[in-house]
Amino acid sequence: MAPEKRKDLLKQGGIWGFIVLELAFFSIAGEYWAVTDKAFMDFENMLLLLKQSAPIGIIALGMTIVMINGNIDLSVGATFALAAIVLLDSMTWPFMQNLGDWAIPLAWCFALLTGVILGAINGLIVWKTGVDAFIVTLGSMLGFRGLVFMYNGEQPTSHLNWTLVDFAEAQFLGLHTATWFLFGAAVILWLLMTKTLHGRNAYAIGNNREAAVNAGIRVGPHFLWNFMLIGFLAALSAVVFYSESGSVNPNDGMLFELWAITAVVLGGTKLTGGYGSIVSTMGGVIAIQLLRKGLGHIGADTSTVNLVIGLILIAVLFMDRQLNRKGKEELKV
Amino acid sequence: MTDQTPVLRLEGVVKTFPGVRALDGVSFDLRPGEVHALMGENGAGKSTLMKVLGGIYDPNEGQIYIAEEPVTIASPMQAKARGVVFIHQELSLADELSVAENIWLGELPHKSFGRVDWKKLYDETDAILKTLNVGFDARTRVGDLSIANQQMVEIARALTVDPRAVIFDEPTASLTDAEKVVLFEVIADLQSKGVGIIYISHRMEEIFKITDRISVLRDGGYRGTLNTAETNEEEVTQLMIGRKLDLSRNESHHELGDVALEVRNLSCGKLFEDVSFSVRRGEVVGFYGLVGAGRTEIAETIFGLRDPSAGQILLNGEEVRIHSPMEAIARGISLVPEDRKGQGLVLGMNCRDNMTLPQVDDLTAGPFVSDGAEVAIFDQYRDKLDIRTPGWRQIAGNLSGGNQQKIVIGKWLSMHPEVLIVDEPTRGIDVGSKSEIHNLIRDLAAQGYAVIVISSEMPEVLHVSDRIVAMFSGKVMRTFTSEEVTEDSLIQAISGLEGDKVA
Repeated sequence: MAPEKRKDLLKQGGIWGFIVLELAFFSIAGEYWAVTDKAFMDFENMLLLLKQSAPIGIIALGMTIVMINGNIDLSVGATFALAAIVLLDSMTWPFMQNLGDWAIPLAWCFALLTGVILGAINGLIVWKTGVDAFIVTLGSMLGFRGLVFMYNGEQPTSHLNWTLVDFAEAQFLGLHTATWFLFGAAVILWLLMTKTLHGRNAYAIGNNREAAVNAGIRVGPHFLWNFMLIGFLAALSAVVFYSESGSVNPNDGMLFELWAITAVVLGGTKLTGGYGSIVSTMGGVIAIQLLRKGLGHIGADTSTVNLVIGLILIAVLFMDRQLNRKGKEELKV
Repeated sequence: MTDQTPVLRLEGVVKTFPGVRALDGVSFDLRPGEVHALMGENGAGKSTLMKVLGGIYDPNEGQIYIAEEPVTIASPMQAKARGVVFIHQELSLADELSVAENIWLGELPHKSFGRVDWKKLYDETDAILKTLNVGFDARTRVGDLSIANQQMVEIARALTVDPRAVIFDEPTASLTDAEKVVLFEVIADLQSKGVGIIYISHRMEEIFKITDRISVLRDGGYRGTLNTAETNEEEVTQLMIGRKLDLSRNESHHELGDVALEVRNLSCGKLFEDVSFSVRRGEVVGFYGLVGAGRTEIAETIFGLRDPSAGQILLNGEEVRIHSPMEAIARGISLVPEDRKGQGLVLGMNCRDNMTLPQVDDLTAGPFVSDGAEVAIFDQYRDKLDIRTPGWRQIAGNLSGGNQQKIVIGKWLSMHPEVLIVDEPTRGIDVGSKSEIHNLIRDLAAQGYAVIVISSEMPEVLHVSDRIVAMFSGKVMRTFTSEEVTEDSLIQAISGLEGDKVA
């Protein structure tokens, strides 16, 4: 049992080790190549890093649950954009303007509701048709993005509400609003996945769907709830981000689904489902953001950043495979 | 006993699928406190019947009564709620979850807001595991358990409710003797509580040891119920297949040629140690032992799927090092694997393509695969092995187990091997086809192949082997000739009771 435990620890702790490695590397490399005078491990810089990881981070948390469930959701980027449009545009509606600052919570509710409805559409199709979630959400990714363009053509949708911006830029106990939302979502979802029936059933369904069906777990409704949850989180991510920026481009949120999946996979969640954790996904999210920021810190451009993240992702999956092997006596297949 | 109300009764249950009458008016009853065996060849309708009972299929006609109350069962959960519990043959476990979560899957104890009540979960699970006398606890990850222990987890599931009827579907398929004893104790305990037990198994010795009555299905129809005490294996077999079954040991010997394969002091880590044996042309050597004794691993090592940590493999007296299955095939070794559907066949491909799979690279006409050459090979082995299929276009997955196995054997014969290793040749194959496969193995030896048969079924090993190698926990305990072997000595050897080795 002892080597098993050690291996488990290595698998779960791996991502945090990687983060420490990144911090060390960029701190040292920063001494020589830094484009600014500030140290990489600067406290303000780290706070900013957490804030910047919030949009994709919140989506990645939801993606973890959907992937543990054995599904995937490719439409989160489009959901993100559509929720953002609803958030900003709804505040310009006449009756909303009459409400003054009370329009803000209402606009949030509209945006979040949009996310939940879009998620429910995905979930219902997956449940009722039995088509693979990959295909369903690939379709809805295109469809939802189409809705985004129908709303305002190629034009950006803008509305700046200063009360909202003040709230979004506020810092409470040192952390930014967005960071609080990220941590809050993480804690709630962690509780959901480790402590509740719904969470444990999600693991069971992803791990062995037939066993779950035989045990009387209602798989379809379960999927529906999780798709609604990720839709909600994609919208929450939009609420957090666009409260501050106040302007949404119809192309915003593109590739978010892939970044979220990258973070989830880096955190060790299995693509086939049944294994993974919210905490590890947080690690994955932070690791990616560190990499982006760190490479920027030493003067690399975006294309280099993408290349490096891609290579690391493949290397991580390769190492994971090695960890899962059973040593030399194993079958050579 | 007859005056007791049956816990479960079926009356004229009919289930049809397009073109097939899978169940044709099946009626039987299960009394409280009895163990009722359900027997039949594969395809006789046992699993369909179980699925009807479990609410997975809706019967077209007929009625199910639980405690004489007519019921319709719409899901496995409903069945369980009414006290009818299934223990599936194929493990239905989530291996990343803990033992406790698997046992209570779908009905985890919970507190407010859907929070799982972990303490209650672990306490109740540990209590159940204690009665099963197993060596793991509620928190163990199921994926870390052996197959046999996973089976015990499956069995533990039945004990979470107060069952009226428990249905065991081939529960001992992967259990060791010691674990079987525990299982039989569990069954006896359930029996004493007045629970009715349906016991599905192919293993006659178990059926006669623990059951009270035997019901037999054939071709979807009910063939009658026998009192176990008043019947014998022959009668049951006759009822099942409509003819007698040959259970004798192998008497005939073919003319033996040179030693084709010799293994000296072969080891592979902890899987097996210091294994030595030899196989001559025209000889069938049976490997008998419990699951996990290292038999399959030896075969895989000879076939180049594992690297030995020590020892030699000699082919025709010449030492060889085999690093991959390709090298093994090139040197004339073929392995018919244990898991026919997973490792032996591409189920979605047709018969011909399955059979020519290992040599399709050589069957080319210009840049294309030569259809003619492929069909010729298929026809040759179809006739030789008597494979019953409407034609080579038939998808392998649609064939019966026996015919599938013949396709796999034909595939390897077409590679012209000298040494043929057959792992569990008749697993999941019905009684009638079994003896056909056995005869085929004897024939192959007669034609000069050196054959190794790995099997967990004693009648099979006795029936086909010229010599029997008994293995226990990675070691060769004894080698018997078919004349000297007795069931007792064989069982002793594979249980590790026989100390002295006889080569």
